[in-house]
Parts: sequence; structure tokens; C-alpha cells
Amino acid sequence: MLFDSTLSLKHNVQIMKARNFRYIRPDSLQHAYRILEENGGDAVPIAGGQSLLAGLNMRLSAPKLLVDIGGLKELAGQSQRDGTIRLGALTRHGELLQSDLVRKQLPLLAQAAAHIGHVAIRNRGTLGGSLAYADPAAELPACSVALRATLVLGSAAGEREVKAEDFFKGLFETDLRPGELIVAVKFPAPQANTTAGFAELARRRGDFALVGLAAMVSARRDRIEGARLVYFGCVDRAKVAASVSVAVSGLAMPVLDTAAFEREIRQDLTPDDTPGLRAETKLHMATVLTRRVLNSLVMQAAS
Amino acid sequence: MTDLVGHEDVDIEATLNGKPLKRRVKARQHLADFLRQELELTGTHLGCEHGICGACTVLIDGRSVRSCLTLAAQISGKSVDTIEGLSQSGRLADLQKAFIERNAAQCGFCSSGMLLTAYELVSTGEAASRAEIREYLSGNMCRCTGYHAIIDAVEAVIAARTAGARQS
Ligand SMILES: Cc1cc2nc3c(=O)[nH]c(=O)nc-3n(C[C@H](O)[C@H](O)[C@H](O)COP(=O)(O)OP(=O)(O)OC[C@H]3O[C@@H](n4cnc5c(N)ncnc54)[C@H](O)[C@@H]3O)c2cc1C
Ligand code: FES
Ligand code: FES
Repeated sequence: MLFDSTLSLKHNVQIMKARNFRYIRPDSLQHAYRILEENGGDAVPIAGGQSLLAGLNMRLSAPKLLVDIGGLKELAGQSQRDGTIRLGALTRHGELLQSDLVRKQLPLLAQAAAHIGHVAIRNRGTLGGSLAYADPAAELPACSVALRATLVLGSAAGEREVKAEDFFKGLFETDLRPGELIVAVKFPAPQANTTAGFAELARRRGDFALVGLAAMVSARRDRIEGARLVYFGCVDRAKVAASVSVAVSGLAMPVLDTAAFEREIRQDLTPDDTPGLRAETKLHMATVLTRRVLNSLVMQAAS
Repeated sequence: MTDLVGHEDVDIEATLNGKPLKRRVKARQHLADFLRQELELTGTHLGCEHGICGACTVLIDGRSVRSCLTLAAQISGKSVDTIEGLSQSGRLADLQKAFIERNAAQCGFCSSGMLLTAYELVSTGEAASRAEIREYLSGNMCRCTGYHAIIDAVEAVIAARTAGARQS
């Protein structure tokens, strides 16, 4: 399906599957805003290109103008101030894995990044790109909701801030307005008594998740006090799984019986039947995954 | 139509395999096609052209990337290394020797991408377990070897390099 074999076999035919487009590398963020504003729907930003270029190669979209924001210093860098950690939109997935700041303050992001594609994808793919793309099976949108992140969005009209839980509107749909860019993502430093839990199930390492869970949980001794659970895969967008989060609060750890939250998983998750995998199977997987994540927190506390 | 923003042809200046490169490229041409078709550097292979197989892996500023998911226009100001340059410079010699000794290259389609990803790993100078090597190479597909021979080869090179570093 993806290959036109007649084309690729003929040696001297140019195999450029992306349609023609113009390309520009703006000198500054303001310059980028101006280009995006003046060119409206014709212009599409490109950051790491790891989702966009795959789509262009397959001719799933045909923008007229690519605005390469990958070199803009205003969108890069990581910093911490007054209990807020700010990660520039161009923070690469690989940087999430390596940054001391992230590993210490936001271990959930470091855990999640290890599951995104493979090393070469992580060397280029960016935080801003992943959030803007809003794949319902992607790790970082779910983590940003679990961590109560705020997105800093900018355009020629100025900057505004939107909470991650209000940013994801639906399947590949966000609150981004035409001409707007994600500039940075701000994370409150997690409270001392909360722990990050993360797990996902995929057919192969590096594939998008069939189902995954990003969790921030607070516990006192062996009892869960509060939980903020966000699933990816089996949902249309990153959002707090409200019913399950309430149902697991108060449970004693380790959680052995899943009956306490099985019904709630059916309320919060909306899996489809897909070839080889029934929705029922996915709900079972989500249940087992939830128990595993909760119990991994006991292990973390013990070690 | 002269007031359109951006260009279909883009001038780039980069470093390719250690040498300066100045070219005009098509905006829509990805780096793999540019290397193969314009520069006749056909050691970089193309399998899937959407990031899955790893055959097209090259290094940009020392980091492995998919050249099918990078535009030629995006390498301006950067340093690109391909299998040709790294072979000629001898920097891959120990990996290549280990691959040959263990039959880690059969048809060879995956080998350039495999070697460049492995090179990024061994260049860290750090020890890595078999599981870590496997994880690192997990984005590079091989339809021939069954992977064990490749893991063996990379493990041997890491062992030799870290032993060498300890002695010196
Ligand atoms: C083989 C493979 C496996 C992958 N596996 C996973 C996986 O397991 N999990 C996962 O989450 N992802 C996966 N990805 C996708 C990867 O994470 C991408 O990096 C990410 O989805 C997009 O980031 P990017 O920087 O590459 O964005 P791009 O591809 O450059 O852009 C994606 C979209 O976001 C827009 N955009 C980019 N940056 C901004 C910004 N700052 N402001 C506004 N809009 C912006 C672009 O216009 C475009 O529409 C995989 C990709 C490949 C090729
Ligand atoms: S050709 Fe680039 S990853 Fe397959
Ligand atoms: S040696 Fe044939 S694909 Fe790996």
C-alpha cells in the first residue's frame, strides 16, 4: 500500500512521494508567527518531523508551505523556577530521558519517553510536536494531563495559557488556533507524597500503545489516598479517567482484587474492536495494567 | 507569484562525511533520496520511507536519525555522517569486523543502518547489557539474521572498547 513498486524499481525516476511544497526557516519566533498569520491554512509548522514527514511521504496531507521551527531558540531549553518546571516545545523525547531536571522532578516523563518509538525517533521528535499531534495512543499528552501541565501557546496576537486537560479536544484535535504555536509546557513540581506510575502494552517495543496508563498517586502507608489516572490508547483523547481515579482511592496496597475498579474502567475507556483484538480484551488488558501500575508504586515505596 | 513566502528550492550548506557541502535542494526531497539520487551515496538504504525499518539511518551531529523522515533542506548548518564516510575513516572498522566474524550481515540490506545505530551506542563509551543493546537496536529491522548475531557483534565491540578504555 505504501510503496509504488513500479516507481521504485525504475532506477532513475525521482522517488519523492511528498507533494511539492515551499520551505522556510524563520529567524525568530516573531518571524514564525508572522509567516503563520500571513499564510493561514497554507502554512504548517514542522518541528521534529517524525509524524509530519511520515504523513507527507504517504501523501496523507499536502501543505503548501512548511515553516521549520526546529531551530528557534525561543522554543528550546528547560528551566525551573518557584516550583514550576518549564520545558521548551522543542525538548526532544531523548532529552526527557537524559535530563537530570526531568528525571528528578518529573520522572513520569522520563519513564514515558523510553516507550516512544526508537532512539532515532527520540533524537528528533519533540514534546511540542507530540502534544500538537494529539495522537490518542501517545504517551506525552496523557502524562501532561496526569502532571497538571499548562501549555504556553503563542501567536502574532500574543501568548495565552491553557491547561493540558482543556487542550485535548478529541481524536487528533486540540485547542490550537490557526497560526498558533506551542511555545513551552509548564509543570508544577509534584507534591512530596505523590508518586508517578507508568506502564503500557504494545505489540512490539516502540510501537504506539494498545493501552497505557500514566498515573500520579498519593498514598499514606499502604493506602491510596488520591489518584489521577490518565489512559492512552482505548480513549479518544488524553483526559483524567474520573471514575477509575475515584474508585482506586482508599484501596489498600497491594491491590489484589480488581473488582473495585472494573466497572469504572468500562465507564472511562472506549476501546473499539480491531482486527485480532476485541474491545473486551482491551478492557481486560487495561484492568491488569491498572493493577500493575498501582502495585509498582508499592515496590517503589519499598525500595 | 514572486511574493510567495518560502522556496521550492533551498540552498543548503552543511558538512557531509567531514567535507563541506553546498547545494541547492528540492524542499520536498528527503535526505535519503538526496544522498542516494543526487550524491550517489547509495549505502544509505530505503525500506519503508515512514520511519519504521531503520534502513535509512544516518548520523546528524553525531545522533542517529531517519533520513527518510528528515528533509535535505533541514541539514543546513549541520554535520551528516553516512556509512560511506564512517567506513572510509575507519571509525566503523571494529564494528564491521565483528559483524563479518559473526555473520551479522547476510543480505546486507539492514547493515548500514544497523552499523550506524550500533556506532552511536558504542561511541557513548559505556558498558551495555545484551538487553540494553537489544533495546537500542530495536528500531532497526533485519529480515535475515534473527538478530542474535548482530547483538553478539555489538556486545563484543563494547567489551573490547570498554576493556581498552580501562587499560589506557
Ligand atoms: C516509527 C515511529 C514510531 C513512533 N512511535 C511513537 C510512540 O510510540 N509514541 C508516540 O507518542 N509517538 C511516536 N512517534 C511519533 C513521535 O513521537 C513524534 O515525534 C511526535 O508525534 C511528533 O513530534 P515532532 O516534533 O516530530 O512533530 P512534527 O512531526 O514536526 O509535527 C507534528 C504535528 O505537530 C505540529 N507541531 C509541531 N510542533 C508544534 C508546535 N511547537 N506548535 C504547534 N504545532 C506544532 C506540526 O505542524 C504537525 O502537525 C513515532 C514516530 C515514528 C516515525
Ligand atoms: S526507510 Fe527510513 S525508516 Fe524505513
Ligand atoms: S542482513 Fe538481510 S536484512 Fe539484515
